[in-house]
Order: sequence, then structure tokens, then C-alpha cells
Amino acid sequence: MFDDLRDLYQEVILDHGKHPRNFGKPEAFNRMARGENPLCGDKINVYLSIGPEGVVNDAHFDGRGCAISQASASLMTETLKGKTEAEAEALFGHFHDMCTKDDHEHTDHGHLDPEAVEKLDVLSGVREFPMRVKCATLAWHTMHAAIHGDEKTTTE
Amino acid sequence: MDTRILTNAPYDVEKVRQDFPILTRLVHEKPGRPGKPLVYLDNAASAQKPRAVIDAMANFMAHDYSNVHRGVHYLSQVATNLYEATRVKTATFLNAPSPDTIVFTRSATEAFNLVASSWGGAHLKAGDEIILSVMEHHANIVPWQLLRSRTGIVIKVAPVLDDGTLDLEALARLLESPKVKLVSITHGSNVLGTVTPAAEIARMAHAAGAKVLFDGSQAAVHMPVDVQAIDADFYIMTGHKLYGPTGFGVLYGKAELLESMPPYQGGGDMIQTVTFEETTFREVPHRFEAGTPPIVEGIGFGAAIDYVTALSMGAIHAHEQRLLAYATEKLQAIDGLRIIGTSPTKAAILSFTIEGVHPHDIGTLVDRAGVAVRVGRHCAEPLMDRFGVGATARASFALYNTEAEADALVDAVRAVREFFN
Repeated sequence: MFDDLRDLYQEVILDHGKHPRNFGKPEAFNRMARGENPLCGDKINVYLSIGPEGVVNDAHFDGRGCAISQASASLMTETLKGKTEAEAEALFGHFHDMCTKDDHEHTDHGHLDPEAVEKLDVLSGVREFPMRVKCATLAWHTMHAAIHGDEKTTTE
Repeated sequence: MDTRILTNAPYDVEKVRQDFPILTRLVHEKPGRPGKPLVYLDNAASAQKPRAVIDAMANFMAHDYSNVHRGVHYLSQVATNLYEATRVKTATFLNAPSPDTIVFTRSATEAFNLVASSWGGAHLKAGDEIILSVMEHHANIVPWQLLRSRTGIVIKVAPVLDDGTLDLEALARLLESPKVKLVSITHGSNVLGTVTPAAEIARMAHAAGAKVLFDGSQAAVHMPVDVQAIDADFYIMTGHKLYGPTGFGVLYGKAELLESMPPYQGGGDMIQTVTFEETTFREVPHRFEAGTPPIVEGIGFGAAIDYVTALSMGAIHAHEQRLLAYATEKLQAIDGLRIIGTSPTKAAILSFTIEGVHPHDIGTLVDRAGVAVRVGRHCAEPLMDRFGVGATARASFALYNTEAEADALVDAVRAVREFFN
């Protein structure tokens, strides 16, 4: 019945949605933000451990949401580890473009870790589901807010 | 049209469906991929429109359109007569004592804001209490909070039992306070489907010296409503859920209450005379209808009332109750599915969650099978908190839905479970 939904719900997404990585509030973190999608009520917290040289040493999240938002948050925490704040922001820019724009419309976000880009590509199917883009980007907006010291953010 | 013959005929849903052009369309058509028949189960958000409503609005604009209430020319009178006929039809539909007790607004939401601002502003003072219920739509919460920040009123909340029935004992306890001036409660929950015992609530409120307002946005489209029998002081409904156009709402108010209320908005059409020193206002209900009203929408709403009246609200209610029982039984049989709202008195609204699957994912998946349901918080966030869910999926039935469509929903939901297993 849902064969043409496999582009959106790829196996990796279903796996991360069901078994999110880096889930739960960590004992140590120095940046945190709470994100909310008012449309569906999804709430998420992102916890970052950022070293003095501006490198994300650790990233966790908790909260509730749909398979897309949970998988996106899970994949994000995996890709963020070891990135500088600037690299993390560049990935956010790329990810946002991937979810909302055709390839030729993408902005140049500077150097992107090719491994991370490949990993995040499983979520590119969201592009065909405008109503679900905010599910995929909620974690990234929240990460962005955490880096900038805003404790609360929404997808609006 | 002889409505008696139609009323006594068995309910022919296939024939009814032919009245709704949109129901024949397919969704998700793409080159090389056949579309799916539309199974529209998002009626509690907004209902589809019968040809009679579409034609009435188009014909009015093509033949009879003019502004109302002010011209001396021919079409102005024609348009005014047609527009005011809707007020008479609305009064009959709700069994209001007079068309003058019917105020037209641009939405149910505007009607709530009108009562809160005008009646509340004139009659409520700091420390006065109003009682809402936990299952209210945000439209029956936020206007009162705005009033609270202006006047210092106190908002109390009546709870619901685990099955979604209004907790009348708790309501009675809240009414023991002598400060309660108003009970503003839904007549039918947009999430749980719960139909509240309006006559009993009104009796309790009146015994405590309080007025009562019912939100009929859902109830009035699913069953016959008699505002005099339930002794409502205010009753609010909306046009677009009753198969009419958007942009049209209704406020019924007892004459003496409406008379006691100052204007809500100022402007044209609501005044008698205007000078820069002083303005006098028109009589009720026109006092509350500032500016050019939603004329075309009013014509469409009148046609919608004619349409459901010809089918009879009693017959519509019976049809939807059969569908509700059928769909409830089938959905309940699905492992891990929880129906939120199982009150013995319900309108045909089914909110549910599936263990391990977020409602948003349910919505996206069943949509691919052509089934349109609403997912999310349904403008009732406090109620989501009450039942410990972040969101639900909601299937809501209308006069044109069928058992086959309930089956399509159930099949799609079963497939969702398998997909995420």
C-alpha cells in the first residue's frame, strides 16, 4: 500500500526512528536548547558539549516526535561529533537546502564533511513532502539555537 | 421541496454523495501512477460542499449581488432579502425564538471573541469566575485569557473522566463558588467526540446564578440542536463545518442578553446616526455586525441549512451514529490502537493513537491510501496533556461517508502498523 513512501521512510530512517542514537539527557553538557514544532506538538531538547576550541565533543537529544524528526535528530547527533561550530552550522545550511530546494538552488555553505553529507542524504526524500520538512529540520534548528545560546526555539 | 417525503425515506448515502462534486476526484495522481479515490475523513476540521451551496453562491454573484442593508436600488433590496432570509433559516435551524437573536459573525472564533469582549467586558469584573472545560478548543480558551488580562477574571477548568465524559460532579463543585458568572463549554468535543449534556449543564449553571455558553461548532453539524430546549444563553456555531462556506459564523444569544451588550466592533452598518460628538447604534442583532458582512457566504450558509434540513438532521445523526459504531468496533480490534474518547454519548469523531507510531507518520501514510485524516493537537493542547499524548490521529465522519470508507481507514491503519513493525 505504501511502496512509494519508501523514498521518505527509508530503512535507515525507520531504524533511527525506532532506536534513536545518543538519546537521553547526558550527565555533562554546556549548551542546551529546547525546540518545538507548534504544528504537531513535537518537542525536543538538544544537549551539546562544546570544547574550548569550539569543537562539538558530544551531542545528545531527547523528546518525542514522529519517525522523521526522531531519525533526523539521531542522525544529526552522530554527524555533529568532532565538528567545529562553523562546520556544524554549514551542515545545517546544507541539510536545510537538501530538504527544501532543488539541487541547482543549493547555496555554497563552504567545506562540508562528505561522510556526513552522505549520511544525511537518507532524509532527502522529505523534499517531496513539504508538510514534513519541519519534522526533519526541528533538531537542526534546535542545535543552531543551542550553539547561539537561545534556550528555546520553534520551527515557525 | 417537500421535506417530509425526504425525511421518511431511508437514508441513501450513495445518492447523497452525488451532491458533492469533490467526492469523485482522485488524489495523488501522477503520470504513470493511478490516483486513489478520496476518502475524506477530516470533516471536523472542515466539511466538503454540496452542489447546492456552490451553485447558490455562484448564482447569487452572477444574478443578485449587491451590498446589503443600505441601498435603495433594486438589487440592494434583492440581496438584503436573500441575506436576511439566512437569518430566519438559522433561527429555525437552532429553534431560536426570533431571527433577532441570531448574530452573524465571520467565524465561530469571532463569535467567542464577541461574547468575551462585549458581554464579558460589560458584565465581568476582577475576581469573577468563569468555568471552561479541559476539552475546549483554543477558540473557547484564548479569548477568555485575553479578557482575564484586561479585567482580572478567574478561569476555572472542569475536568473530564477517563472516557472523555464531562465530570459533572467536579463541575457542580466549581459551581458552588458564588463568584461564577459564566459556564462556557463545548456541546461536542472536536477531539473526543464527547457530546455534553447541555440541558443539564444549563440547569446547573442557572441554579448557581451563572450564564451558559455552548460551543456548537461540532455538535450542531452532527445532530439536531434546540437552543430553547437546552436553555442556552449563548450558542455558537460555524458555517464551514455544516457544508457551508468559510468566513461565516453564528452567535445565538437570548434577547435580553444581547440587549445588555455594547457593540463589539464599530463601523458602518451597525450605527443609527453618527456625528463626531456622539453615535447611536442600531438595534440587536445589527449592532454587532459592523462593516459589510460576508454576504456571499451568508447566501451559501443559507443553502447549506436548506440542504441538511431537507435530509433532516435526525437522519444525518442516525447515519453518522451507525458509521461511528461500525468504525469504532473495527478500529478497536487493531492491536496497539487506543481510542481517545469513548464516552457513551459521542458524535462521529474518532481520535486514536497507535503504540510506537507517531500520529504524524500515521497521517502521511494513510494519506497515500487516499484517506484524509487530521493529525496533531487539534487546537486542544490542554486536552492532549490530560490524556498524556502529544498528538492524536483523528477520523471524523460526515453525512456523505460510508462503511466502505471506514473500511478503507481501517485497512490503511492496519498497513501502517505493519509498515512500522
